[in-house]
Amino acid sequence: MATFGFSILKDRQIDYDNNDHRLFRFIEEQEPSIRLCIGCGGCTAGCTAAGFTGFNYRKLNYLLMRGETEHLQKGIQQCMLCGKCKLVCPRGVNTRNMIFALKRAFKTPLWEELQKKINV
Amino acid sequence: MENNNQKFIWREYQKEIADDHFFYVRSCIRQAFFPGSETFFLSFMRNQLGKDVFEDARHTTCTGIGFHGDVVPHETIMTVVARHFALMTEAGYRHVAISCVTSFGIYSEILETWKHFPEIEEKIHQKLILATGRDFNKPDTIAHTSDIIYKFRNEVAAKMKYPLINLNTGEPLKVVEHIGCHYSKMFPQYGVGGAEFPQVLAGMIKAWGGEVVDYPERRHCCGFGFRQYLVQANRGYSAANSKKKFDSMQSYEPDFILCNCPGCTMFMDKWQYTIAELEDTVYGKEGLGIPVLTYEELAGLVLGYDPWDLGLQMHQIPVETLLDKLGINYDPEKKFITQKGENIGTPLIPQHYNIGLKTAGTHSGCC
Amino acid sequence: MTNIKKIAVLGGGVAGMETSIQLNRLGYQVDLIEIEDKLGGHVRNWYKLFPDHKPADEFLEKLISNLSATDVQIKTSIQINAFLRKEKKLCLFDQACEFGVYDAVVVATGFDLFEAYRKEEYGFGIYKNVITSAGLETMFLGKTIKTSGGNVPKRVGLVHCVGSRDEKCGNLHCSKVCCITAVKQAITLRQMLPNTEVFCFYMDMRMFGPSYEELYREAQEKWAVRFIRGRISEAAQNADETILIKTEDTLTGRQLKMNVDLLVLMVGMLPSKGTTVIGKKTGLDFGMNRFLKVKDEHYHANETNQEGIFVAGSASAPMNISDTISHARAAATAVDHYLKTTDHERFSEKNNIRNLEKALHEK
Repeated sequence: MATFGFSILKDRQIDYDNNDHRLFRFIEEQEPSIRLCIGCGGCTAGCTAAGFTGFNYRKLNYLLMRGETEHLQKGIQQCMLCGKCKLVCPRGVNTRNMIFALKRAFKTPLWEELQKKINV
Repeated sequence: MENNNQKFIWREYQKEIADDHFFYVRSCIRQAFFPGSETFFLSFMRNQLGKDVFEDARHTTCTGIGFHGDVVPHETIMTVVARHFALMTEAGYRHVAISCVTSFGIYSEILETWKHFPEIEEKIHQKLILATGRDFNKPDTIAHTSDIIYKFRNEVAAKMKYPLINLNTGEPLKVVEHIGCHYSKMFPQYGVGGAEFPQVLAGMIKAWGGEVVDYPERRHCCGFGFRQYLVQANRGYSAANSKKKFDSMQSYEPDFILCNCPGCTMFMDKWQYTIAELEDTVYGKEGLGIPVLTYEELAGLVLGYDPWDLGLQMHQIPVETLLDKLGINYDPEKKFITQKGENIGTPLIPQHYNIGLKTAGTHSGCC
Repeated sequence: MTNIKKIAVLGGGVAGMETSIQLNRLGYQVDLIEIEDKLGGHVRNWYKLFPDHKPADEFLEKLISNLSATDVQIKTSIQINAFLRKEKKLCLFDQACEFGVYDAVVVATGFDLFEAYRKEEYGFGIYKNVITSAGLETMFLGKTIKTSGGNVPKRVGLVHCVGSRDEKCGNLHCSKVCCITAVKQAITLRQMLPNTEVFCFYMDMRMFGPSYEELYREAQEKWAVRFIRGRISEAAQNADETILIKTEDTLTGRQLKMNVDLLVLMVGMLPSKGTTVIGKKTGLDFGMNRFLKVKDEHYHANETNQEGIFVAGSASAPMNISDTISHARAAATAVDHYLKTTDHERFSEKNNIRNLEKALHEK
C-alpha cells in the first residue's frame, strides 16, 4: 500500500441504508419497549455509571435503533445493572432487559457476522 | 407548602421484624474491619435484652462478594444460601438476623426470585439435597441486624449514658446516615422506611438525640460496587463515588457518618484517607476527617461501652473528636492495647489525621 | 312552543359558563351548577394568560359580565351526587333530594392539577423551595416572588411534564398547556425579576397554538430564558435550602447538575374529581387517560355514550382556554341540535350515517 503521509477520512455520517438493522430487530423482538424511548435522558441523568464513565444508556439505545453497532459491546460494559434508569423512565422502557438482550445477542452468530463487517 | 410529606412517604414502608429467636449470620469482613460490632450485637441481645440468638459454626460466606464480582453463578449462591436455611431449619429457627447488607440483599433477592419462579426454588431444593443431603424451609422473616437494633432503639435510649448531644454546644449532633444500596434500593419493602427516606438508621439517630442530615447525595452509592473495588484499576471509580458524597455532605458539617453495610462503612472510612493522600482534601469541620461508625458501635457508645472494646481503634479516621463531643472518657494510652494487654501496634499516622498520637516510627503498618 | 326546554350545565368554570351563555342565547332555560361557592374554576387562581399576557381576571370579568347579561340560573355550592332517567328526562339529585329535571345535561366539570407530591423524587411537600406552576401564579398575583428564606431567587428552574407523559404515575397523556405555560411564566419571571436567571427543563417543546412558537422565540430572544433538553431525574435540598437538580443535558450527551433557588413543577392536567364522580354516576364512558370519552374525536366531540348527556371543555381532554371556549360553543350547538330533533329524525339520521359509512366502505 502506498504511503502519502495521510489517510482518507472515514465517513462519520450514519449510513442508515447500508447499516445492518438485524441486531436492532433481534433486540426489539425480545424487548419491544425499547422503541418507546423519547430521548428525555432521565435514564442517564440518574445513572451512577454515567457520572464517572462515558456510559450513556440513551445514546446506546439510539445507536442500536440506527443500526450503529460498533460501540455497543464496549459501551454496555460499564453498566452495573442497578436498574435506576428503569425506575425513572417515563415511557416504561425496560432498559435493564435491553442490556441483557444485548448480552445474549453478543453470543449469537449474527453478532460474529456483524463483527466481521465492522472489522473490514 | 410543606406538608410533612417526608413522614408520609416512609410510613408506607414498614416491615415485620421478629421479636426473639434469631438465627444469626455473620458478615465476612466486619470481624476484620469493625471487630467490636458483631460482638456488641450478640452481647446486647443476649445479655441486655435476654433474647435468644443462635449461631452455627458451620455457617459460611453467602458468596455475595463473588456473586457481585462475577465469579460465582446465581445457582451456586442460591444453593449456598439454601444451605444456610437448612442449618436454620435443623436448629429449629424461623427468623434470620443478617449482619451484612450484601448478604441481606442476596437473601432478599433469592426469596423474591423463588416467590416469582417456584420452579427455581424446587431446583435448588433438589441441588442441595443432592450435594449435602439437607433440605430446608424458607424463613418466616429476614431482618438485617440494624432492623433489630432499630426495633429496640427505645430500649437503648432508656439505658443511654451518652445521648447524641454535643457537650460543648448543647446542640444535637448532626449525623449523616448511609443505608447501603442493597439494604432497600432493590426491594424498598424489605427495608424500614423504603429507599428514599429510609428510617432504619435515621430512627436510631433520632431516638438517641441526634439530628439526621438530608444532604443531596444521601442516596448515592458509597462506591464499593464490588467490581469497581475488586479490580485495582477501577478503584478510582470507587473513590470518586465516595468523594461525590463527601463533597455533598461537607457544607452540613456532619459530626459523624453512620453506616449500615460493612462495605459502605469500610469505604466511607478508608476512602477519606485515600482522598486526603491523593488530593490533599480533608473533610470534617475540624479538618480531621468525618468519623464513620457502624450502628452497633454507635449503640455501644451511647450505652457507655469502652470505645476500644468496641474496636474503634481499627478505624482509619480517628474517632477521638467525636468521643470528645459526646463526653466519653477514653484512655489514649490504651488505644492499641488489647484487653489481654497485647500491643497491636500503632499505625502510621497520616499527616492529615494527626490528632496528637505518638507519630510515625513506632508503627507496625496497620491498614 | 310554550314548554321551554331545560338544561343543566355541571361545572362553573370557563367551559360551563360559556356553554350556559350560548345555550341561553339559543333560548333555553339553563341551570349552571357549581360545587364551589364561586364561579370561575382554575382561572380564578391565574395571573396572566398565554400567549398574549392578558390578565386572567380581565378575561374572567368579561365571561362573568356576558353571563350576567343572560338569565342563566347560577346555583353554587351544589354537589350533584345521583342521577336518574325518567322517560326522556334526566333527574339530578343533590344530597338525597331531587334537585331538578332536565332535557339535557352538559358535563363541564373540568380538570384537577396533578398532585405534585406524587413525584416524590422532585421533593414537593418535602423541600420548601419546590413549588408548582399554580403556586407560582399565586406568587405572581401577590407580586412577590420569594424563596423560603424570604429572598429574591437568583435562579429559577421550571420543570416541564410533571405528572404528564409519565407512565410511572399512570398518566400517558400530554397535558398540552404546560409547555406554553412554562414559557409564559418564564417571561413573567424575567419581567418581574430582571436579575434572575430562568431555566426551562423540557423533553419536547409543544408549541401547538397560534403565537405560541413566536412566544417561545421571544422568550429566548428578548428575555434570555435558557432551555435545557432533559428530564429532571431528581431534586435534593442543599444546606442553604437551595435545590440541587440533576438531568441529562441530552443535547451535549452529558449529565448536568445545577442549583436553583426556586424549582417550579409544571403540573399537568387530570380529570377532576367531579368529572370522575359525575361520569360514573351517569354511566359515561371514560377514555384511556380517564377523561370522559366522546363519541367521535372529529365530528362528535361533545356527544357521549349517554343520550342527552354532553361534555364541554377539559372534562374530555386537556385544553387551553381558547379550545375550551370553542368546545363549549360546540357543545351548545350539539345540545341545540339534539333538542330540536325528534326521536324519529335522530333514528333516521343514525341510519343515514350508517348508510353513508357503508357506501364509503364499499367504494
